[in-house]
Amino acid sequence: MEQSNALPRREAVKALLADRGDLLVISGLGSSSYDVFDAGESSANFYLWGAMGGAAMVGLGLALAQPKRPVAVITGDGEQLMGIGSLLTIGAKKAGNLSIVVLDNGQFGETGMQTSHSGLGARLDVIASGAGFRSITEISAMEGIADFRPQLHDINGGPRFARIHIATGHVERALPPRDGVFLKNRFREHLGFAVT
Amino acid sequence: MNIAAPGAAVQMDWPNAIYRTLKAHGVKQISYVPDAGHSRLIELSHADPAIQTTVLTTEEEGVALSAGAWLGGARAALLMQSSGVGNCVNMLSLMASCRIPLLTLVTMRGEWAEFNPWQIPMGKATPQAFEIMGVTVLRLERPEDAEEVVSAACSLAFDGDQQIAILISQRMLGRKKWTENK
Repeated sequence: MEQSNALPRREAVKALLADRGDLLVISGLGSSSYDVFDAGESSANFYLWGAMGGAAMVGLGLALAQPKRPVAVITGDGEQLMGIGSLLTIGAKKAGNLSIVVLDNGQFGETGMQTSHSGLGARLDVIASGAGFRSITEISAMEGIADFRPQLHDINGGPRFARIHIATGHVERALPPRDGVFLKNRFREHLGFAVT
Repeated sequence: MNIAAPGAAVQMDWPNAIYRTLKAHGVKQISYVPDAGHSRLIELSHADPAIQTTVLTTEEEGVALSAGAWLGGARAALLMQSSGVGNCVNMLSLMASCRIPLLTLVTMRGEWAEFNPWQIPMGKATPQAFEIMGVTVLRLERPEDAEEVVSAACSLAFDGDQQIAILISQRMLGRKKWTENK
């Protein structure tokens, strides 16, 4: 992992979610959830606090249920590695409105910065390409995020995979709500489904 | 409903009964890890443009997919074989933590006239593997009960916000043939 090109994660996610419009966001457990929360609390965010390896598949189920809304999964390299098979499932299913964005620092941040497979050389972008994703983007500069952002809102060109190289430095935690029933109900209400 | 052929053949078409019942309860997504016992239901699902059908690499993906479907307002069902139930354990915490409906139909191995000893440990542990994570286990033992059991499971899951597994007994599925009939 080239740390010289690495972006500050909070700024990167904030830029990615600027002018988010009707984008629905699933965040993977750990720092990715903190980043998405810090970028702006929204009832269109669903923060995972567990279920490691499941973020991309939650995104696929949502994307298939809401084909007219763009869906972004924002997660870390460790979380995506645990659900690596889900990249094949998404590559096969080809939901046009789904984007998987991996914040890649090559480390397991929440557990003490152990080096991940990504940090040891595995290329998630290459794996996603081999799995059949329609679009692959490598981002290591803030301009790259601005260039990629419009694609997040396109509901036809997916599935898309973006790998954002992020820095490993310490960032203060920003803790979103963690009551799962609350997060579920407000997300469904946002989409017009009444709590029964 | 046009059911032309009379008699036992129709009575025994339990995969079609499951399919019709899932449709009647508004299921819009079906995901699966293949199993011979589910092959007819998988065909019916793929042939239906009103159902999004997704093949998985491992069963826990289907748990997370079902959660995402529900967040988006869609009802989902997950098909698997008993050997895949253990793969789901931690992902089931997502459904418990968020009280999200889960409906899974599990074809049983390792419990009746099993030829392959490797199927037996997970088959024996299947009900407990669900129950330790709070999933309610129902049994489907006879083809003629398919509609009633699946309908009850759909109501419990989608109206009662519960996680429900229907175990389809190996006795009902029949023996797997290990030698070619020539």
